[in-house]
Amino acid sequence: MINLTKQAGFDLARRHRAEQRFQWAGRLAILTSLAFLVFMTGSILIDAAGVVRRTQIAVAVDLKSGLVDPADITSASFGAILKSGLRAQFPEVSTRRQKKKLYNLVSPEGSFEIKRQVRDDPALLGGVQTLWLTASDDLDLYLRGKIDTSLPENRRRISNAEVTWIEELQQAGQIRRVLNWGFLTGGDSREPEIAGILSALIGSLFSLAVCFSLSFPIGIGAAIYLEEFAPKNRISDLIEVNINNLAAVPSIVFGLLGLSIFLGYMGLLRSSPLVGGMVLALMTLPTIIIAARASLRSVPPSFKEAALALGATPVQAVFHHVLPVAMPGMLTGAIIGMAQALGETAPLLMIGMVAFIVDLPQSILEPATALPVQIFLWADSPERAFTEKTAAAIIVLLIFLIAMNLIAILLRRKLEQRF
Amino acid sequence: MPVRLMSTAAAALLVVAATTPAMAQEQINIVGSSTVFPFATTVAERFGKSTDFKTPIVESTGSGGGLKLFCAGTGSNTPDIANASRRIKASEVALCAENGVSEIVEAMIGFDGIVMANSMTATQLDLSLRDIFLALARDVPDEDGGTRPNPYETWNQVNPALPEIKIEVLGPPPTSGTRDAFAELAMEGGCKTFDWVKALKKSDKPTYKSLCHTIREDGAYIEAGENDNLIVLKLLANPDAMGIFGYSFLEQNSDVLQGSVVNDVEPEFEEIAVGNYPIARSLYFYIKKAHVGVVPGLKAFLREFTSEDAWGDDGYLADKGLIPLSAEERKIQANRINGLSLLNM
Repeated sequence: MINLTKQAGFDLARRHRAEQRFQWAGRLAILTSLAFLVFMTGSILIDAAGVVRRTQIAVAVDLKSGLVDPADITSASFGAILKSGLRAQFPEVSTRRQKKKLYNLVSPEGSFEIKRQVRDDPALLGGVQTLWLTASDDLDLYLRGKIDTSLPENRRRISNAEVTWIEELQQAGQIRRVLNWGFLTGGDSREPEIAGILSALIGSLFSLAVCFSLSFPIGIGAAIYLEEFAPKNRISDLIEVNINNLAAVPSIVFGLLGLSIFLGYMGLLRSSPLVGGMVLALMTLPTIIIAARASLRSVPPSFKEAALALGATPVQAVFHHVLPVAMPGMLTGAIIGMAQALGETAPLLMIGMVAFIVDLPQSILEPATALPVQIFLWADSPERAFTEKTAAAIIVLLIFLIAMNLIAILLRRKLEQRF
Repeated sequence: MPVRLMSTAAAALLVVAATTPAMAQEQINIVGSSTVFPFATTVAERFGKSTDFKTPIVESTGSGGGLKLFCAGTGSNTPDIANASRRIKASEVALCAENGVSEIVEAMIGFDGIVMANSMTATQLDLSLRDIFLALARDVPDEDGGTRPNPYETWNQVNPALPEIKIEVLGPPPTSGTRDAFAELAMEGGCKTFDWVKALKKSDKPTYKSLCHTIREDGAYIEAGENDNLIVLKLLANPDAMGIFGYSFLEQNSDVLQGSVVNDVEPEFEEIAVGNYPIARSLYFYIKKAHVGVVPGLKAFLREFTSEDAWGDDGYLADKGLIPLSAEERKIQANRINGLSLLNM
């Protein structure tokens, strides 16, 4: 009798071991990639933690009517009022250099904050008022222990004198840390303590809206025609090859195209989300067309044939029976394209969206920047406090991305037809 | 049906896009150098907050790219101001003139020092321009009046007074204006300390330039990209490496980095301002005169930039790392800029 289990090819134990080895290799691969992911998001989250709160400092400022004209508040010199308020608190500071250090405890935004508070509440006028103002980025870093005071004085950004002032202020309860809503509601700034992400967020939103409303209908239309109606000949082959090639073209090329056509020839506005969206639409079109065609191809031909057999015209057959089934797949393709567009900076450089823009854009025709551009610009800034802003901006970008994917999943669930 | 709705919307958008005429420009448009970018943006932000004008838009395109856009013509879709970390070239002035931009106002706004720095944990180097040239040039002069490929691998081979550390310098890529300025000021400065090379400048300028400006490509000089923060991080990780970047990054990281002494001068604010520190360049911006009076706020912006509050010794630009001009030079420049005197090349 032949013992089957001992013959080559029936060596069960060895085959089971191979099976185990492969499964463990797979698990290891997943674990490694998870570890990288945790490490990346973890380090970004730790960096971004500093953005959650901002430091404020209370300064008693003299808003006598002699200094501020109630009829014309904006003309008053709030910078000088703020400086004299700080000097009154620390009368011992006399040299020019020391005074400058003292003024630098408060953010340069401080004088504008006084102006805004007075404008919103004119009742403040007419006497000495204690107002909470944003502190400078250096003070904020010091309070969070990010400045090593054991170093020699000329090696750090907070001097001994400043440390004594800060301690004095802390004892008097004139320093507090509050939630930093300004990061989510403000525009960009050169001062890290007040820089916000909203202008970039709106810019990205506008650009993507333009991009989606152009590339989705055009992409789907092109895909339906190519897949369902176009005659199969040399021209359609050529078009197909070209679309596949376009999907692999570096994105900066589309930026150059945008620069010469949209800005140069059509004379559209530089730095506007309209042009940004149009360039991004050019870039995402091939991705959407390819995904949409694949999704149309995956619909069983029997659907269309049955509709045609029952007397539907080809257009009716496609739009009533094929398209609804293919829609979820098309949406997925579109979202992948959009996600790609969301992360692009290269094409935006050419059309002027890599820019410092403070004012919040009100429409697609107003200058705007985008989230990845904001990350790039902050990462390039010398001030150390911008490191945290960069990390926080990355998190905002990730949340945006997750939200987009979530919408795609929900839409797909809703549209998906089971059969 | 959503598809029909969407295609209608797209069609509407296309029509809007195709028919929007070049709209009247509402704010100042600034393009150019990434070195001037932090200063121009600071002025722009203050200007937007303290006046009724909209905040100017400042794009970071690099000096060359910015001047190209600037010279593309006049009109609402072209920039009003171009920042540059070097002086405008004659070829760029010619390009401008060709496109109808014949009236340009030049503004010199201050200095920027280029430093060679390493981690605080390492020893501070005391370099001369000749040391820098010998350490980083592709070809160096040999004993008998010729050149040979750079043989030096450690700093003490260049100059016995320097420590025995491998030459490893992280610096900007060739596309960067900082690299150009470094080649011109530091490399060339060290190169012409050889008498025969100096003589070569008169007899054979192209050879002189290629000898003095070419940086070695054998791995001792590492192109670290345009992001100076990245160089700072790499220096912290590797105490033997040196980095080349702008003074403002040294100032912000003075707790972890130290600048090398060059020609016996420490890279410090005061030393750069009075012109003692050898590797310092001037920063400029260029204004299109045809746009003054057309673009709202352009004149007021120039006044803000040239106010003592901004570019003065204690101005807010000094806080951002701009090294101010001398008081007299500021007065001369302010008169020229606000009086819109034209550039003469």
